[in-house]
Amino acid sequence: MSTILSVQDLAVTFDVRPRGAWPWSSPLKLHAVGDVSFDLAAGECLGVVGESGSGKSTLARAIVGTVPSSHGKILFEGHDLAAMNVSQRRVHRKDVQMIFQDPLAALNPRMPVGDIIAEPLITHAPQTPRAEVKRRVAELMERVGLLPNLINRYPHEFSGGQCQRIGIARALILQPKLVICDEPVSALDVSVQAQVVNLLRELQRDMGLSMIFIAHDLSVVKHVSDRIVVMYLGRLMEQATARRLTTDPRHPYTQALISSVPIPDPVLEKTRRRPVLEGELPSPLAPPSGCVFRTRCPRVQPDCAGARPAMVDLGDGHGVACPHQVPMEAIAPA
Amino acid sequence: MFPDKAVAEGLGQAAQLAEVQGRSLWKDARIRFFRNKAAVVALYMLVAICIFAFFGGWAAQHERDAIDFALSGPNAYKGVPSFATGHYFGTDADGRDLFARTVQGTRISLLVGIVGALIAVIVGTLYGAISGYFGGRTDGAMMRTVDILMSVPYMFVLILLLVIFGKSILMLFVGIGLISWLDMARIARGQTLTIKNKEFVEAAVAIGVRPMTIILRHIVPNLAGIVVVYSTLLIPGMIITESFISFLGLGVQEPNTSLGALISRGASQMQYGVIWQLAFPLFFFIVTLFAFFFVGDGLRDALDPKDR
Repeated sequence: MSTILSVQDLAVTFDVRPRGAWPWSSPLKLHAVGDVSFDLAAGECLGVVGESGSGKSTLARAIVGTVPSSHGKILFEGHDLAAMNVSQRRVHRKDVQMIFQDPLAALNPRMPVGDIIAEPLITHAPQTPRAEVKRRVAELMERVGLLPNLINRYPHEFSGGQCQRIGIARALILQPKLVICDEPVSALDVSVQAQVVNLLRELQRDMGLSMIFIAHDLSVVKHVSDRIVVMYLGRLMEQATARRLTTDPRHPYTQALISSVPIPDPVLEKTRRRPVLEGELPSPLAPPSGCVFRTRCPRVQPDCAGARPAMVDLGDGHGVACPHQVPMEAIAPA
Repeated sequence: MFPDKAVAEGLGQAAQLAEVQGRSLWKDARIRFFRNKAAVVALYMLVAICIFAFFGGWAAQHERDAIDFALSGPNAYKGVPSFATGHYFGTDADGRDLFARTVQGTRISLLVGIVGALIAVIVGTLYGAISGYFGGRTDGAMMRTVDILMSVPYMFVLILLLVIFGKSILMLFVGIGLISWLDMARIARGQTLTIKNKEFVEAAVAIGVRPMTIILRHIVPNLAGIVVVYSTLLIPGMIITESFISFLGLGVQEPNTSLGALISRGASQMQYGVIWQLAFPLFFFIVTLFAFFFVGDGLRDALDPKDR
């Protein structure tokens, strides 16, 4: 399979000025994403998991281009998106589309949904005849499970799940090559979540899309992704195929994440032992030296504060950014 | 039973095929506005005043600048309002028909208010939206410009302007237009700052929509609610400003007149028992202002998203 997207050493930092500081004092650096590298094959779905504040959404925004990256490369079909100027980048935007977390907030409340879905089309192909635009909008609405006769309705007249379908239709009307879903289901209730996730999977298969699927819910990510990367405080902790990551996690953070997923069996749930993470996420304004996870790691060693651990390849695409990695059975026998 | 079922199915299919007309937020707001009795009455009064101002001249029996010497000067107290003489509102101190003059005065005052508010809406909204959307240094430079213009003593500049370039209605429009957009620009900028962080604006950026198109298509329509409300409250302010300038004798010049000028003349004559010369212009002035305030209040209630 060919690589469609290759992210290399991507870093995103924001300048933060403390409240009440002088306008000329030098701003603090907030390290939202640091040294993230991964490849995405065409037609593949990559899951990104991590707790709130781990930089998942910033990573998505840097790839889509609504947030500037401060270092590293984003190679999309061999072209570095990060190095492009504004007008070159605008042309490439039609190949990379995004689906947002809050379905209602992502739709302009003053526009009928037909216009919302058609917006990418009239932006990138303004000479398309109106009848053709309308036909494609209706076709796509049907495809995502909306009645095409609702084309003149406004976003507030739809439910959350329907709004997310509108967002999906808008992302797909240009037939993009890569779709980035930023927690597309976390604002929806569970029954609707399943419908939307299944719709996304179906569309991905039918249209041959590559997809980056961001969520903090590991069970949803496992269901849709071929491969999963785990992020913590802006850095990659582990990457592997979905199956391997969930059955044989090696990084202590991944192990904690996996054991935090509840088991739908009260007896098993009560008796199992699991590593519980203590404390809070450290401030991204001053991330810990060495391994960023060391302040909360249950198996922390003195040398963790030294150099940043490199991604160790365990073969078969399984990488772990921890030199002290052990299989899960070694610490919590089932 | 079969035919019925077939008909029902046919109807169901027809309902699915027909395009459903959505109810926009504007339509919702309109319905809420028309439920507000005070605002609707005020709106009707405003319409009546507009009809009076723009078509009232046809009902006048006399030209607004025709002097009836029999009723002028010391005889002015004879010019009482009467249908017999055709001076419905009486005459002023110079023996001119007050009805025709009130019609014209109301027209000028409304025009000043509406033109001032229009400049504020167009210039102020765009200026504020551009400043807020681009942010950073652009925002800093544009907003400091507004601050500087605001700190200039505006009445002084307006009076200088009228003295240097001559007293004309056009100059009055220019003077009022120069300052009316400043507050609007600030309000629009503040509102833009909250709108531009909404996800639908980010979605438009991700799609690749150009910045000016984002401002016009996504930001300005969402600003419109607050802008409409503020401009209906701005119109009376403009009318008052114009009246004040005319009261000083710098605004509209004879034989043209405005409500402010009429009130000024009427006030100076009131001790001679010709109270109608003050009462009629003042009545239209107050009714116009009240109508605008009530419509503005109704619009604010109708467009306020918190009530939803």
